[in-house]
Amino acid sequence: MLDASEGYITEDGRKIGGVVMEMKNITLRFGGVVAIKDISFDIREGEIRAIIGPNGAGKSSMLNVISGFYVPQEGEVWFHGQKRPPMRPYEVARQGIARTFQNIALFEGMSVLDNVMTGRLNYMQAGLFAQAIWRGKAEREETENREAVEKIIDFLEIQHIRKTPVSRLPYGLKKRVELARALAAEPKLLLLDEPMAGMNVEEKEDMSRFILDVNDEFGTTIALIEHDMGVVMDLSDRVVVMDYGKKIGDGTPDEVRNNQEVIDAYLGVAHD
Amino acid sequence: MGRRDILAQSQSGAGGFQSLPALLHRNATQFGDAPAYREKELGIWQCWTWAETAAEVRAMALGFLELGVEKGDHIAVIGRNRPAHYWSMVAAQMVGAVPVPLYQDSVAEEMAYVMEHCGAKYVVCGDQEQVDKVIEIQEKVHQVKHILYTDKRGMRKYDHSQMNALHDIMAEGRAGHQRLDAELDRRIAAITYEDTCVMLYTSGTTGKPKGVVLSNRNVIESAKNSAEFDKLTRNEDILSYLPMAWVGDFIFSIGQAYWCGFCVNCPESADTMMTDLREIGPTYFFAPPRVFEMQLTNVMIRMEDASKLKKRMFDYFMAHAKKVGGRILDGKPVGFGDRLKYALGNILVYGPLKDTLGYSRFRVGYTAGEAIGPEIFDFYRSLGINLKQLYGQTEATVFITVQPDGEVRADTVGVPAPDVEIRIDEKGEIHYRSPGVFVEYYKNPESTASTKDAEGWVATGDAGFIEEGSGHLRIIDRAKDVGKMADGSMFAPKYVENKLKFYPDILEAVLFGNGKDRCVAFINIDLTAIGNWAERNNIAYASYQDLASHPRVLENITRHVEEVNKSVAADAMLSGCQVHRFVVLHKELDADDGEITRTRKVRRGFVEDKYADIIAALYDGSDKVSTVTEVTYEDGRKGSIKATLTICDAKVQPVTQHKVAAE
Repeated sequence: MLDASEGYITEDGRKIGGVVMEMKNITLRFGGVVAIKDISFDIREGEIRAIIGPNGAGKSSMLNVISGFYVPQEGEVWFHGQKRPPMRPYEVARQGIARTFQNIALFEGMSVLDNVMTGRLNYMQAGLFAQAIWRGKAEREETENREAVEKIIDFLEIQHIRKTPVSRLPYGLKKRVELARALAAEPKLLLLDEPMAGMNVEEKEDMSRFILDVNDEFGTTIALIEHDMGVVMDLSDRVVVMDYGKKIGDGTPDEVRNNQEVIDAYLGVAHD
Repeated sequence: MGRRDILAQSQSGAGGFQSLPALLHRNATQFGDAPAYREKELGIWQCWTWAETAAEVRAMALGFLELGVEKGDHIAVIGRNRPAHYWSMVAAQMVGAVPVPLYQDSVAEEMAYVMEHCGAKYVVCGDQEQVDKVIEIQEKVHQVKHILYTDKRGMRKYDHSQMNALHDIMAEGRAGHQRLDAELDRRIAAITYEDTCVMLYTSGTTGKPKGVVLSNRNVIESAKNSAEFDKLTRNEDILSYLPMAWVGDFIFSIGQAYWCGFCVNCPESADTMMTDLREIGPTYFFAPPRVFEMQLTNVMIRMEDASKLKKRMFDYFMAHAKKVGGRILDGKPVGFGDRLKYALGNILVYGPLKDTLGYSRFRVGYTAGEAIGPEIFDFYRSLGINLKQLYGQTEATVFITVQPDGEVRADTVGVPAPDVEIRIDEKGEIHYRSPGVFVEYYKNPESTASTKDAEGWVATGDAGFIEEGSGHLRIIDRAKDVGKMADGSMFAPKYVENKLKFYPDILEAVLFGNGKDRCVAFINIDLTAIGNWAERNNIAYASYQDLASHPRVLENITRHVEEVNKSVAADAMLSGCQVHRFVVLHKELDADDGEITRTRKVRRGFVEDKYADIIAALYDGSDKVSTVTEVTYEDGRKGSIKATLTICDAKVQPVTQHKVAAE
């Protein structure tokens, strides 16, 4: 179905490019527990790639491997055609990978604007002293970066809470602010860890629309983990299905939906 | 009076300025550096001077020529209040086309009717949402030649053979100016005072919307008269947030703004309106009663949550303001001690409150569109906010009567505006004649003839009378809504509804009882106010419907209704209108369902038909009623909600034996 280098055209007519990231035979262990067992898959430029599976399947661990937070015992991570050595998180961020968290990890006491500004850290070079007196480079940098941040605030329609402390926001909006912060880093690859967890139907619809818009408008490659099957099937171009640390399915939503192993994993099978 | 004011007024009599493009040219040459438009974008107020505005509008007009817009074409404008949308209307006038602003929250079906009726070949859309609607409509009407849009977001993948960003059209216009300049100048010069300035669709509480054609004369004369009446100057700042399709917004944000040369400020989005209001601090402001009600509700909710000390201070000074605030504002004699106390209150309470509301620079403002509850009105006046009432219509280019400074009362709508004549016919219906009287209803000569007579008198459809002594007009109700109870006493629903709506808990009320022996009512709770109350009282609820049927909510509402009954009973003429029984509805009356108009007026007849089963239950004495209601979602899909409603009884006061003499 897929040509290794050429990419493909999605059902709605979007062009998906070559491989951005490739996971080769990844195995991750915590002591005796095998969280991920010999998994391989790739993420292509411009696509929305989902990783799904029942609880404890190893989805979040997989995302942490992609983000460089976990270093797998076996296997290789290839990013933009190069094998990636073990890295610190900030080095990963500089490579153009940004993420959101399953349990919101925002600075609760800070305003939405300040939170999103932290996403621009990689674009600011002025030293501590220059920042403190806010002269010259520091001032120029802040103005430039503020503009970039305002574009994202406008894009995600959170102007009305710009100055509100994050702690005062409802859950659904906090999730959106987190997405804003990740976008502020202008990532090439955006990782979303359960972006719809705990949301009501309306919030889910909003979030789905924003994810599609981000992909469409900025061409950002997105890898996401999600529980809500309906959302995943609607959003993603290709889906990896995991169960007990193994890959049991990989393909378009339709292919995955009809995969017997996937159905068994989700609905359970009688063991006799 | 400063030099600037004289400037604006020295050209009165419309000497030479017979169109908005002509006024734009005047403003750009006489005070080109003054701010004309501001819009909050990317968190910053972006500003355009009159000179810049003139250049932008011209570029847009050239772009329209490039597209092939002909004289007399209609250009629909659908979007929120943004400078580019205002400019597109003036640019349309420049090329001899007729701008038709439409309500942006209309569902596609409603929009289709209006689009087909006006035959718009070009459409300026705010964003993707509006473009989608126009494309959907296009499948039926096949008339739109070209769609223009302002916000490029999400538009990349559309077929652009008949679609462009407005911005790109302006660039094309600029590039082709040498070729097109002469033609544009010829078209601008050809505009006459009698040419159509704009076409506005009335939302209409009955029947299909009608296209009201207003000429340049209508708009400019009305703007001039009203600006002189309130001594508006170039230095005003207004916030434009009301629907662009509403005649009020057209007159305030375009008519008066171009005539006086003041600055129009556009909020960042609908959600930020309150913050933006505070940042701009308009000097001239207008809002339907709903906005003032909402603000007052918010203030009261927040005061409930405030500390004891603050709450007591607020209550104390508000009581004082209620006593003397309005009189001070009207320039009436007030004792020195009271003035001193009011000044102290201004420092401690009124000033900070006005600042929070965004009214610290408020010089003059109007509430219009619907009658405002006297208590709400007095609240703002007592704070020293010069809020006034006016009475108007789309067909009158807004102004029929206005309250002059110093003669402001809650129960009248003022004296005839300059150059307006008023007469009351034998049935009590108000008629008027003025330079603002509309040209015609578009493609509807029958309605034009039945509304406007040969001498130019227009029937308003409202019943009212001129008060003896003061000469002020008092509106009773819509002429067709005023009725008689079975015993012959007067039935004026709005009067009671407004009293009910003053309670922060009640969002909307509809009274029935015409021809019956007693009155019953529908009530919509205000989710913000009651939700807050529920939170403070540890009352859990799952949905609007759940909260609306909560026994303790019903208890509170019953208390409000009984208080209103007491107050209604005090008015001998209307004491028959007390509410005997009522239900709290399980859904909010909504414009998408056709129950209220886009300007939030209740469509009484429609509501009466739709909920006939509930009304029947109100009259037949049953204590519960089960009903299924069809609802329309924002995207036009339909669904239904089932509910069993509890019918509540309210105590009524004995009716005073005073019947209106039969006419």
